Amino acid sequence: MSNFTRRGLIKSGATVGAGLAMPTLITSPVAAYTNAPTGGSVTLGFNVPQSGPYADEGADELRAYKLAVEHLNGGGDGGMMNTFSSKALKGNGILGKKVEYVTGDTQTKSDAARASAKSMIEKDGAVMITGGSSSGVAIAVQGLCQEAGVIFMAGLTHSNDTTGKDKKANGFRHFFNGYMSGAALAPVLEARYGNDRNAYHLTADYTWGWTQQESIQAATEAKGWNTVNNVLTPLATTDFSSYVAPVLNSGADVLVLNHYGGNMINSLTSAVQFGLRDKVINNKNFEIVVPLYSRLMARGAGENVKGIFGSTNWHWSLTDEGSKAFVKSFGEKYGFPPSQAAHTTYVQTILYADACERSGTFNPCGVAEALEGFKFDGMGNGATEYRAEDHQCFKDVLVVKGKENPTSEFDVLEVVEITPRAQVEYAPDHAMFAGGDLGKCNPGA
Amino acid sequence: MIYKGFDGTMDAILLQILNGLDKGSAYALIALGLTLIFGTLGVVNFAHGALFMVGAFCAVTLQKVLTLSKISIDPTKTDFLGNPLKVKTPYVVEWFGEGTGNAIIDWNVPLAILVAIPIMLLVGYIMERGLIKHFYKRPHADQILVTFGLAIVIQELVKANYGANPIPTPAPDQFVGSYNVGALIGLDASYPYWRLIYFFFSISIIGAVFAFLRFTTFGMVVRAGMVDRETVGLLGINIDRRFTIMFGIAAAVAGLAGVMYTPINSPNYHMGMDFLVLSFVVVVVGGMGSLPGAVLAGFLLGILESFASMNEVKGFFEAIYLPSIDQIIIYLVAIIVLLTRPRGLMGKAGVMED
Amino acid sequence: MKSISNADMRTLMFVAIITILAPFIMNPFPTESALAQFNAGYPDLMQRFIIFGILAIGFNILFGLTGYLSFGHAAFLGVGSYAAVWMFKLLGYGILPGLVLSVIVAGIFSLLIGFISLRRSGIYFSILTLAFAQMSFALAYSVLTPLTNGETGLQVYADDPQFLQSATAPNVPHLFGMKMNDTFSLNMGPWDFQFNFGYYICAIFMLIAFYLSIRIFRSPFGMMLRAVKTNQTRLNYTGINTRPYTLAAFVISGMYAGLAGGLMASMDPLAGAERMQWTASGEIVLMTILGGTGTLLGPVMGAGFIKYFENIFSKINETVLHGWFAWMPDGLENAIVWVLHLFTGKGWHLTLGILFMAIVIFLPGGLMEGSNRIANWWKRRKGGDNASDATATPAE
Repeated sequence: MSNFTRRGLIKSGATVGAGLAMPTLITSPVAAYTNAPTGGSVTLGFNVPQSGPYADEGADELRAYKLAVEHLNGGGDGGMMNTFSSKALKGNGILGKKVEYVTGDTQTKSDAARASAKSMIEKDGAVMITGGSSSGVAIAVQGLCQEAGVIFMAGLTHSNDTTGKDKKANGFRHFFNGYMSGAALAPVLEARYGNDRNAYHLTADYTWGWTQQESIQAATEAKGWNTVNNVLTPLATTDFSSYVAPVLNSGADVLVLNHYGGNMINSLTSAVQFGLRDKVINNKNFEIVVPLYSRLMARGAGENVKGIFGSTNWHWSLTDEGSKAFVKSFGEKYGFPPSQAAHTTYVQTILYADACERSGTFNPCGVAEALEGFKFDGMGNGATEYRAEDHQCFKDVLVVKGKENPTSEFDVLEVVEITPRAQVEYAPDHAMFAGGDLGKCNPGA
Repeated sequence: MIYKGFDGTMDAILLQILNGLDKGSAYALIALGLTLIFGTLGVVNFAHGALFMVGAFCAVTLQKVLTLSKISIDPTKTDFLGNPLKVKTPYVVEWFGEGTGNAIIDWNVPLAILVAIPIMLLVGYIMERGLIKHFYKRPHADQILVTFGLAIVIQELVKANYGANPIPTPAPDQFVGSYNVGALIGLDASYPYWRLIYFFFSISIIGAVFAFLRFTTFGMVVRAGMVDRETVGLLGINIDRRFTIMFGIAAAVAGLAGVMYTPINSPNYHMGMDFLVLSFVVVVVGGMGSLPGAVLAGFLLGILESFASMNEVKGFFEAIYLPSIDQIIIYLVAIIVLLTRPRGLMGKAGVMED
Repeated sequence: MKSISNADMRTLMFVAIITILAPFIMNPFPTESALAQFNAGYPDLMQRFIIFGILAIGFNILFGLTGYLSFGHAAFLGVGSYAAVWMFKLLGYGILPGLVLSVIVAGIFSLLIGFISLRRSGIYFSILTLAFAQMSFALAYSVLTPLTNGETGLQVYADDPQFLQSATAPNVPHLFGMKMNDTFSLNMGPWDFQFNFGYYICAIFMLIAFYLSIRIFRSPFGMMLRAVKTNQTRLNYTGINTRPYTLAAFVISGMYAGLAGGLMASMDPLAGAERMQWTASGEIVLMTILGGTGTLLGPVMGAGFIKYFENIFSKINETVLHGWFAWMPDGLENAIVWVLHLFTGKGWHLTLGILFMAIVIFLPGGLMEGSNRIANWWKRRKGGDNASDATATPAE
């Protein structure tokens, strides 16, 4: 149990050293939970990367957050609030309190992200923290929110660990994960490339890369594929030529790039430069697979993504009502379609607000209870459930492919298949997610 | 793991040598520029990586300029919001016709070289006259701080204009694909055209810089100035002016390295910082103040880095309890070189030793 | 205290008073006012000021006195943090074992690296230290994950053994049961001041560290280190082996960094690998140069300066700016906000870069020279009292 307090709250000082005791001028009633909003407004903390390689994704997340706040406060056209199956939100803020927000820079470093989140909690009185564009940061901030007693609504985080061995009762993830990518991709890959394939993996040498590789290897091997080799590449690699070159003579006919962001762009570019895609090996066309796609990032690889399969959490070209409503309000406000990062952060904000409304409190324990096992629809991914056991959202996963004839600069990916939720589901104690403990919700103060 | 016998191994080794030369080219060019600045002006330039990045963004900017488009509305198609689609036709295509126009856009990177040379010379000149000049007599620590500050400023300005994501700047279509270099010596090893071009390009730049310093009067004076600035100055030669020009040349070398690098990896605003630390390691391993040392160390570290990422090599080091040798190879080599050769490979005594 | 001069005593007292009153000084603006954005008086940031201050003080003992520029100091901070978190995992949340071990581990680590790196001088030394630190970072991020938890950072899990953790002890870092994150809030009218226990623990360590650094600066040992900086060759010719002295300085400053790392982990029990990256080492160098190399107070000021911008400026987003300038006519407001937002929020790096350049161009001695100039100007205005201000006395 921790004791973050903020302005207006006086902690009982029994535990503090007498030598440092400070005069207590006024006392106010001890709040039931950290940063309980007292005035007519409630503060949310949007903690996104604003510098470093993921700054553009962070910027897009921030746009979605601003849009969500606008909609919550009754502005704009309401976006997905209109298509959301729960009708608890009334467009008058959350529980009648106007929604305000503070922003911070995670720099995609766990230290900096925690510092930024702490300042939101300690200085600005944020009652919920959300955002981020990497799993390391998400897990670090999730741990902090658990200690501090605020809710953490994860942004873009794909590692199995976020809702696996590092899951926390105060943390919730809407984004999909490595296991789901593997489970969604494997059948499509089997259908297109057959079940007699030799895969060569290049994997970013850190936690996310490992869980991603483990997931996709297990899923493809279950379809009869053979894994020739798995080579770990240092995070700081910019030129992947020396990792790509050996693939040519390895006997493999598929290259799986377990890379994200800049790593993905550079390794894919190198692979295409080396002419891998023009090769015929074992009488089969050589293929490249990128398990986790990000449209914003894929643009950086230019022509090279054409025809390459991968998975994604959401794409703006979906035609369900929720997606259409979101793309419309985002597109009209900013002039271009939202990314999957923007979608997931928008949804997370609305879901949080809705949970507050339904439970009638900002108390993290009440909110968590309202979110656990919550089933909803109309948010762009079809019928979705926040599973109580590990706080992971279960929903359809998109298998996408780099578009051959893009009509605009945003038209990079095309949806190949919407993998139904049942196919990507797994038991909470699945081996890849084992070892963690959700713990109990912590209301803090 | 599948081994293909001796032949396959030779192919793999040839490929990694080529990879190493290619990586080494970039290291060598940046290190060469750093050493020129250091050798002539005695300034530790932490903004050198930023110059590399500015060069790359010359290519990006040219691409943007060439694809400046006339917008016309095509009512038959719609955009993502259901509004009529705005069709963009680059002015270049309008003016020169479909064929020539698109060819010009396609040849953006080679064209960017012509644009980058004057721009980089100018950037170098302004940087030296406007800022670096005032720091000759200041401690190295101050030079580091001011050039690092400058690097951040340049980097942030580029980010504010172009965003943080990498921007694809492909090579001309003619250079897409690969060439079987191995066939020349009876092996089978295809290597991408553009990477081969990058290697030969940097060799010629390095050759040109050395020839310039060795065979021209200007170069002779500069070399004399590097050895003893004061005496050259007393001979009535305006050495400062020549050093300023050398700074411009060093900037141009870094800039050209950046322009040519763009098809290999899509440029982004922090690519300079990614290279900065490595190029300092290269310069120091080569030996402070030695131009041949910088080039030699660049290629050496490039090749070693490539070999360290081979599975066989990684496996060998793992067997002797040194896993992930490719993560640390450059630094490990740097330590070994500096411990066995006190002033790097070809460094001179007394330079930056206090 | 006879061993410490009056001027130094005044400096120490000055630092002590500033540190104790920091919760007031850092929160000059009423909580609800628009300028509250600039308040830095919340526990996390105040702790950071102090911890990076310790780091910079230690770095200054090496760089300021001997002139040896280490570009790998962040590695010692990192191992210190890892050591402390491992103590939390194995023994429990009491911070003392963690702090002791972090100083010891960082000391041993710096002894090893220093012993090898100090065989060279100048830039060759810098690159050696950089190489060691980068190797540590790369390995900590990847292969050493079982030891460091890689990308995510080392943290305490519920199933860790924590052998000495009693049932009643708090489940957060604490000192004899007093929790690091306990905070008093003092409301005085519109103001709100936060007094954090962890902050004062850090402050005590910083004052001790500062006192020790004064002693080192004024000791024969410190004199010897300065001689190394001035002319090492001459020292060698007079038959003095300087290596033991420089190595001692290196290890001492490594232990300072280890202490800072341990405190960082005690305030927030998570140790991320990025702490060891070259950019982190570079930041320490920048702090020291920015504040004033070789001065007693400068590095602390430099540390505070950089951390302030990182944490305060990065949070000023467009909405905040619009809030400030809402009273202006719309066109003007938008114009001003458009210009300013380049420098705040996501543009905070730009502001930092410009200030780096401005300070080093106009104040060659760093922030310390700035405060000296202000002090002198003040004195001249008051009329020719030329006693030097204790707080602004550079070491050389």
